[in-house]
Amino acid sequence: MKTDSPFLELAGDAPRVRVWFDGQPLELPAGANLAAALLAAGVQVFRHTPVSGAPRAPFCMMGACFECLVETGGRVQQACMLEVEEGMRIARPHEAEAGNATV
Amino acid sequence: MQQYDLAIIGAGPAGMAAAAEAAQTGLSVTLLDEQNRPGGQIYRDVDRAAGPRGAILGQEYLHGATLTAGLGQSGVSHLSGAVVWAIEDGFRISFTRHGRAGQVEAERVILATGALERPMPVSGWTLPGVMTAGAAQILLKQSGVLPRRAVLTGSGPLLYLIAAQMVRADTPPLALVETQTAASLMASTRHLPGALRGWRYLAKGLKMLAEIKRADVPRFTGAANIAVTGSTRAEAVSFRSKGQEHSIACDTVLLHHGVVPNTQAARSIGVPHAWSEAQQCFVPETGTWGETGKDGVLIAGDGAGIGGAMAAEFAGRIAALKAAEELGRITAQERDRRAAPLFSQRSRETAVRPFLDAAYPPYSGALRPADSTIVCRCEEVTAGDIRSYAKLGCLGPNQAKAFGRAGMGPCQGRYCGLTVTALLAEANGQTPDETGYYRIRPPIKPVTLGELAAMEDPSANAAE
Amino acid sequence: MEADYAVIGGGVVGLSVAWGLLRRGKRITVLDGDDGAFRASRGNFGLVWVQSKGMKQPRYASWSQQSAAAWGGFAAELEDGTGRSVGLQQNGGYDLHFSEETLYATVAQYDTLKDKLGGNYPYEVLGRNALSREEPHIGPKVAGAILHHQDGHANPLRLLVSLAEDVRRLGGTVLNGKTVTSVSKPDAFKVQCSDGTTVTAGKVVLSAGLGAMELGPKLGFKAPVRPQRGQVLITEKLPKMINRPSLIARQVDEGGIQIGATNEEVGLDDGVTQPGLSGLAAEAIAAYPALARAQLVRSWGALRILSPDGLPIYQESPELPGAYLVTCHSGITLAAAHALFLPDWLEGTAAAPDLEVFSEDRFPVS
Repeated sequence: MKTDSPFLELAGDAPRVRVWFDGQPLELPAGANLAAALLAAGVQVFRHTPVSGAPRAPFCMMGACFECLVETGGRVQQACMLEVEEGMRIARPHEAEAGNATV
Repeated sequence: MQQYDLAIIGAGPAGMAAAAEAAQTGLSVTLLDEQNRPGGQIYRDVDRAAGPRGAILGQEYLHGATLTAGLGQSGVSHLSGAVVWAIEDGFRISFTRHGRAGQVEAERVILATGALERPMPVSGWTLPGVMTAGAAQILLKQSGVLPRRAVLTGSGPLLYLIAAQMVRADTPPLALVETQTAASLMASTRHLPGALRGWRYLAKGLKMLAEIKRADVPRFTGAANIAVTGSTRAEAVSFRSKGQEHSIACDTVLLHHGVVPNTQAARSIGVPHAWSEAQQCFVPETGTWGETGKDGVLIAGDGAGIGGAMAAEFAGRIAALKAAEELGRITAQERDRRAAPLFSQRSRETAVRPFLDAAYPPYSGALRPADSTIVCRCEEVTAGDIRSYAKLGCLGPNQAKAFGRAGMGPCQGRYCGLTVTALLAEANGQTPDETGYYRIRPPIKPVTLGELAAMEDPSANAAE
Repeated sequence: MEADYAVIGGGVVGLSVAWGLLRRGKRITVLDGDDGAFRASRGNFGLVWVQSKGMKQPRYASWSQQSAAAWGGFAAELEDGTGRSVGLQQNGGYDLHFSEETLYATVAQYDTLKDKLGGNYPYEVLGRNALSREEPHIGPKVAGAILHHQDGHANPLRLLVSLAEDVRRLGGTVLNGKTVTSVSKPDAFKVQCSDGTTVTAGKVVLSAGLGAMELGPKLGFKAPVRPQRGQVLITEKLPKMINRPSLIARQVDEGGIQIGATNEEVGLDDGVTQPGLSGLAAEAIAAYPALARAQLVRSWGALRILSPDGLPIYQESPELPGAYLVTCHSGITLAAAHALFLPDWLEGTAAAPDLEVFSEDRFPVS
């Protein structure tokens, strides 16, 4: 998945931890910005809009646009305002089976 | 509830400098910022960006570390990761931190909420793969992540900065597609004498352009008819330049045509705003110290009008001195004595602005987009929809919001407000001031109902 | 004379009346306020509601019932005219109770009202289990509900825009951004605005909401209305989780959960407060615990237009015959009645509804 990413990640020293996005395992740098780490890992669609179902992905990276919304910990949150934690289960908002996306 | 003399919202250059200065005068200060580490967007994560990333980003970025260090020694109560969602008279500030709601009280408030990218609605700008240029900067600063095949589109010095940084990181952009014209550059030259007081900025700009040229990055100017194409994600950016149609295949499109003050917090507590013709946006009405029409509320930094990071730092200190004087910690004479050098330094830092504003005007095609272009990304409302509401009698954005939901989504109008005002003003033959802006109300950032409900129980305060 | 009627106020009440008059071939000019005016039409809860209305005045209950019954046809006609749905759903609505005591006290009142209405008051009591089958997300603190089958809800903002569009389509003139300063009747009515605009009309309808506080006495009305603030919350858009509306929460057709509303006597302050938001959030979570994790995306305060007894006022001016005061705090519920029945009263036809109990005679001279 990583080699397909439109993004290049400069080498860092953070240890990689396993998280799950849409049911798929990903190894992301612990403590990294979640939106950035998902982009670098090749995730291209973070959510579908509740209006038309159009795909969306991070746009501003500074907590203002709400395009990077994902569901984790039972809540819909901005990925760009979260940090990678081991074992995180992440889903596109309201797309996982009830309870599946929650810790 | 914790009580302070002064609460500062935002830990960018203005907020950090204000906090350190205010603490020095003996004020008790709390600094609330939604990021986990101080720096704001301009110095985002500067404390962790040493080594090769620091070399790519450059000395001006690394300057931010002096501010974070000063903050650490100041005794200021820094509430990091605190997302402020309401400021009420008193002042009572409500925020979310680590999944819990909290509140603090303060006699004075300095808003240092910085800037946002000016919305750049062009066809296809909602596709995955389209980001703001600022977003690319943040990816690089905080995460060391760069787009491999990107086209930079729009206008302004930030495009050159990012392009130069991408060149240094060995991932140069595929092209720079710039919307400014020879005419706007010509018009800007009358501001050059004033701008020479800020010659460092001009010299830096020329150096960046040279770096971009050495890397053979193609540049197009006077671009118009800009559209991002692709079915489920950005695949190319198309435009017309010098009479020719172009389409450049890419994975990432970075949009930028200036930044504008982030006015959400100021508007939510009733600070009056006015249209700035020079900056083509609304700015809060502030005095020289950053004082506003709302008693007890000061604004410092780009949130009061775009001046850049260094000017913000001086403005932060100036506002802090004003607050300290108002609260009786220093005399008016002392305030003036300390502020005098800050005023002249700030004025030197902003000298280049009129030149930049004139040389790199916003892209007109995005100020008044085509009917089919989405302007409200959250609710997917098009420019044509807004024009149709004008025909139904909408004189201002609040009635248009009721008619068609523009500005009702989670971003609360941050990325459509200026466009909706511009479209209605044009359709109704009115000025932006006559047209007005969205009424911004709490919560200025979303908060869960559970957090709100828990505040009924005073023991559940995240600040304590 | 430019118009048969000048309608002062371009909210849902004024536009509903204007729309109804236009359908009857009248020439109408609507004078509407500016973008920042107090507008209950932008802030209301969107219920088309019968239960609990007119507990002390059965005529108010029956007037609400008549409107609710006519709403389907009204909505269909607006949809035909504009191509836009107003999202009407009339599958019943709940009065949720957190104790059996309050539930059965309310039932006793409904029974009394039902008798006065000749039995036309179709409701049933749902205990906890029956309610859970209808509303799987209902919480354990809810003791039960009264399900009233004449209740429902609509999308009030799409009603507003549809009326604004259809009034124009039917040939009405709408002047926006106007502040009416005086109304005189040298011969025909002359309505004057602060910007110099003058409209002449055969009759005048004052449907300006809180604007009637100032304008009403100038036209010879008592107009004893006052503002009452209601704070309202709306969450992020969620998958379907609430089937029927209640006064506590409803799921709007776009997906958000709307939560309401406070009742606060704070004058013309339409702000929101953290304690107000917290109280509403706590009550909504008590009713639907899953809402605890929902993000609040917007909140607002809006000002109800209340008469001393909470009932509408329909009154012809004793000083300026041909001027009518039309005001209520249930402009959505009563929209169909205002569009379809009120024109008969304004025109004085044989079909005019009996609105005697809603006259200003019921208020003492101040």
